[in-house]
Amino acid sequence: MKKNTNVQREPLTDTQLLMTITICIFIGMYLLAMLFLGGGFLHAQQIFDMLNDNASLIIVTFGLTIVMIGGGIDISVGAVTSLVVMSCVLYLNNGGNLFVSVLLALGIGLAFGVVQGFLISYLEIQPFIVTLAGMFFARGMTTILSVNPQKVDHEGFARLRDSKIEIPWLGYVAKNGNLVPARIELGVIVALLCLVFIFILLKYLRLGRDFYAMGGNQMSALMLGINVKRTRFLSYLISGLLSGISGYVFMMHTGAGNATNAAGMEMNAIASSIIGGTLLTGGVGNVIGSFFGTMTLTTIKKIVVSSGLNDPWWQSITTGGMLCFFILLQSVVLGQRAKKKSA
Amino acid sequence: MQDNCLLQMRGIEKNFPGVRALGGVDFTLRKGEIHALMGENGAGKSTLIKILTGVYQMDGGEISLEGNKVSIRSPQDAQMKGISTVYQEITLCPNLTVAENMYIGREDSAWVKHKEYEKRAGAILDSLGIPARSSQQLGDCSLAVQQMVAIARAVDMKCKVLILDEPTSSLDDKEVNMLFDLMKDLKSQGVGIIFVTHFLEQVYEVSDRITVLRNGELVGEYLTEELPQVELVAKMIGKELDELSALSESEDKDHEAGEVFYEAKNLSSSDALPFDFSIRKGEVNGFTGLLGSGRSESVRAIFGADKVSGGTIKIKGDPVKITKPIDAMKNGIGYLAEDRKRDGIIAELSVRENIILALQVMNGFFKPIRRSEAEAFADEYIKVLNIKTASRETPVGSLSGGNQQKVILARWLLTHPDYLILDEPTRGIDVGTKLEIQKLVLKLAEEGVSVTFISSEVEEMLRTCSRLIVMRDRHIVGELKGKDLNQAQVMKTIAGGES
Repeated sequence: MKKNTNVQREPLTDTQLLMTITICIFIGMYLLAMLFLGGGFLHAQQIFDMLNDNASLIIVTFGLTIVMIGGGIDISVGAVTSLVVMSCVLYLNNGGNLFVSVLLALGIGLAFGVVQGFLISYLEIQPFIVTLAGMFFARGMTTILSVNPQKVDHEGFARLRDSKIEIPWLGYVAKNGNLVPARIELGVIVALLCLVFIFILLKYLRLGRDFYAMGGNQMSALMLGINVKRTRFLSYLISGLLSGISGYVFMMHTGAGNATNAAGMEMNAIASSIIGGTLLTGGVGNVIGSFFGTMTLTTIKKIVVSSGLNDPWWQSITTGGMLCFFILLQSVVLGQRAKKKSA
Repeated sequence: MQDNCLLQMRGIEKNFPGVRALGGVDFTLRKGEIHALMGENGAGKSTLIKILTGVYQMDGGEISLEGNKVSIRSPQDAQMKGISTVYQEITLCPNLTVAENMYIGREDSAWVKHKEYEKRAGAILDSLGIPARSSQQLGDCSLAVQQMVAIARAVDMKCKVLILDEPTSSLDDKEVNMLFDLMKDLKSQGVGIIFVTHFLEQVYEVSDRITVLRNGELVGEYLTEELPQVELVAKMIGKELDELSALSESEDKDHEAGEVFYEAKNLSSSDALPFDFSIRKGEVNGFTGLLGSGRSESVRAIFGADKVSGGTIKIKGDPVKITKPIDAMKNGIGYLAEDRKRDGIIAELSVRENIILALQVMNGFFKPIRRSEAEAFADEYIKVLNIKTASRETPVGSLSGGNQQKVILARWLLTHPDYLILDEPTRGIDVGTKLEIQKLVLKLAEEGVSVTFISSEVEEMLRTCSRLIVMRDRHIVGELKGKDLNQAQVMKTIAGGES
């Protein structure tokens, strides 16, 4: 029997199980959309558009996934993204340097991460309250900076904004006979780099595994010798940093700042994270799941629009229904599993 | 003897505000022995363990490990010095793999070396004969295996002292045997094991030596084979220095004449094995046994506080169904819980609000008790029970333990119960209040109320009860009344009749 144990494949962990479910549902949903709705869904550009439009959402979802794996929550991410956008726009318009604007974005994100992380980890204030305060604060700051929308007017940035990767063979022939190549914005590349880094962090680095331990059972993590306070602090710090990156990616996509930028993004990020198999109770989830969570959510919205339900509330209603469905599914799947174990 | 001495604790003292938890306790652990640490609730076992594991800092005394004086500053520090603890509640992360759980928090590199950890963990699990795969998610293992993984982690950390704190309470017989085999194996490797449990049989099965604590004092250290069970129980329970004997034997405790008020057949719950029980009108009976013997679980089943899983219940001869506390209350049963902080008082509410709580629930929430009425009730019981409080609006949390207990008593008395269950009503309260509560119990009985009284102090039960039901290892093992109601007989029954 001992010999077998080395060969035998382990059953999926909770994280892998939930992630697999999400990926399957995403693929199934997309295939159905191709089959019944056709149109845009038949072109590769549809997927690239979804990525281009949601790169910053994907990035904040990663941050939120880390925080949620550690058993916390961060609802300031959308507001911080918005603040970063507005700050960088104003800085660039006042003759700023492109490179420094990147540092500014990272700095603002980090600053929020550090302050919120400190309050939550070392002063032990409820994360919901702290990040709620952070959200209001960042929104307020954004409005102070400018009430009116601001368009970026900076040569270097314009070049950065317009640089796209074009893949001709994935393109399609438009009605006028011209070949339209598939376009990927730089923000998507940034998001994919984040995906790779965080995947490695969570899977192969001690810090990442400590996030899981902390979310799985905080008391145990402490007893096992993990510095829980520092670990928690770092989770919020990373989330803040990713909000900064997300802000810059957002600006690269829209090329303008607006006080209402990224409104409700934190809620979409939480929803994506949950759909991707991250448990609000902590300890379970990963970034690949979260990535597909975001894609699933986006696809659903696209499907709703393509089905002719153009009014914005239909998207909200389907998002709500979707979230409910996934949470139910997760609890049923994990419940079945627990039952099987005890039997 | 000196050379194989592993751990020495000398004159350990620990005070909490207002309580002396440990007063100069000595404890010695030798290499390759299993040493049971015994004592009833509040004896100071867990305080001693927590000092040893660095959770608490001691106020006095010294600890030496292999002859060197040490100070233990934190749980991590204890682990580094070779003192590992496996708690009753498993302190591992169920969402990680077995291997990750064994190496987390003590790796030397920033990377998680999955392959290497799994290989090393697998080797240790094999050598200890633990039936788990190292790459398996821990949450998929049974509780017993999880516990063994915790032990394997301790072994791999080269622990010299292994503390097992109530490791068997959630395991079945087969799993207990697996654990014992593992313990004996470790013992032969020279590890010193401190075994904390309240199952007497298990102590006699594996331990070499027993140290008994009582009320924060050392009673003594004994070789297991030289200490009969009866004596062990006597040492654990002890004899009260009796200032209370004023409450004399002469009181008439015999109310055999009353009709049967409550009768249960084969009653069982999620936590209690099936048992039969009945009580007459105006009778005071008691459940006794050591902590964990099932005495509290049984009365909780009577009240429907745990999930009732079977049995038939008759009240005054009529069959009734009691599966929830509200059913019991509607049938005139009141229950004063063992843990008054968790199950009893609501600290933030006032004395008045706490007192009318049960009556309000009985009436239903659509018939609120008028304020003036509630105030009258509160004032009445504050006076009758002599509750020392600044006013009826004082939050209960600010009262002393004894007065909190009286508030809960008042809560139940206000519902005019026919049958009152008091689980450890006198724990942690001063002698004067204890006496008042005992008197009250006897007075209630005279008025025709049936009372079930549970206390860790046998003396106290002998004074108040006319019948004692003795439990051991979750079974009723005897029923004492009349001339059998004396301390010697009770202890003999608790211990299991040997010698």
